[in-house]
Amino acid sequence: MINLALDIGKTAGPEAVLFYFLAPLSVFAGLGMLIVKKAVHSALLLAWIMISLAIFYIAQDALFLGIVQVVVYTGAVMMLFLFILMLVGVDTSDSFVETIRGLRPIAITAAIGFGGLLTTLIGRATFNRPITGLARANSNGNANGLAEELFTKYVFAFEVVSALLITAALGAMVLAHSQKTRSPYAQRDLSIARFRKDNLKDAAGLPGSGVYALHNAVDVPALLPTGKAAPTSISAVLEARGDMIESSKFQLQQEEEEK
Amino acid sequence: MAIANYLYLSAILFTIGAIGVVIRRNAIVVFMCIELMLNAANLALVTFARINGNLQGQVVAFFTMVVAACEVVVGLAIIVTIYRSRRSASVDDASLLKR
Repeated sequence: MINLALDIGKTAGPEAVLFYFLAPLSVFAGLGMLIVKKAVHSALLLAWIMISLAIFYIAQDALFLGIVQVVVYTGAVMMLFLFILMLVGVDTSDSFVETIRGLRPIAITAAIGFGGLLTTLIGRATFNRPITGLARANSNGNANGLAEELFTKYVFAFEVVSALLITAALGAMVLAHSQKTRSPYAQRDLSIARFRKDNLKDAAGLPGSGVYALHNAVDVPALLPTGKAAPTSISAVLEARGDMIESSKFQLQQEEEEK
Repeated sequence: MAIANYLYLSAILFTIGAIGVVIRRNAIVVFMCIELMLNAANLALVTFARINGNLQGQVVAFFTMVVAACEVVVGLAIIVTIYRSRRSASVDDASLLKR
């Protein structure tokens, strides 16, 4: 196994270079997440942060967690996020109008205070044992060591987590399921609706368009017995669009009939 | 480089996530900021595992990942449900109880 952690406790060399290269980039990506307007850009920045965290895990002798981070987070979770973004609408950009007045300055001040508290705490903390590193714990390989912990000491937690996963899957199915309140209109429903109307004039259906030998006649109205065009025989859309053709052109001419 | 630098990075990322949860209005972005906070906590756990020289921190980080995956699934389902009924993914619009 590649051991990037050269000197335990005081890490130096490759790991320091890696850290000082990736850590500022991930912090900038995090700040970018707060600033960018579109949710998709936020998602991409978050994916970047997750990948750099995976690299940090691997650099810290957590090979298994690094791989799982890439597979679960940047693979599955970010894919789910992007999928839901597509569903909800990609171009819904966040409005930056403050709905609660003074929220943003208060939030940023509080966050700076909180971050300052955390960092000074870490700075003051003394780890009262020598920093040992994971060389001994990982002697059988990181995945084997983790498996040993998981299936002996934490086996009950592991089982509970499996129950949690099943519950979450079921919950998501229940939440995302939408019950249709009525069945879609079928031919039978349309027929019943026609007969239940006050007027039985078109209970048998609307007249078809005129069928003439010289023309494929969806846009040519049929003729009523009086010789006038029947307005209901062609689609209202065609009529509004001006695509209706006079049917008189296609009628048998009087003189031809006489010959 | 001191190993505590990882802890500093973790604290900074956690703080950024916390700001995002408060100031962003889009529910999905808020959710992503929560994920960022969980990830920052994971980085701290992995670092603690390395400091203490045993794998328990990594086991806890592993459990955190599983719980985060569950949380994402249920949370996104809730967002989709809210979007379906209110046609909006903004956290300010879901204020029916206030009126």
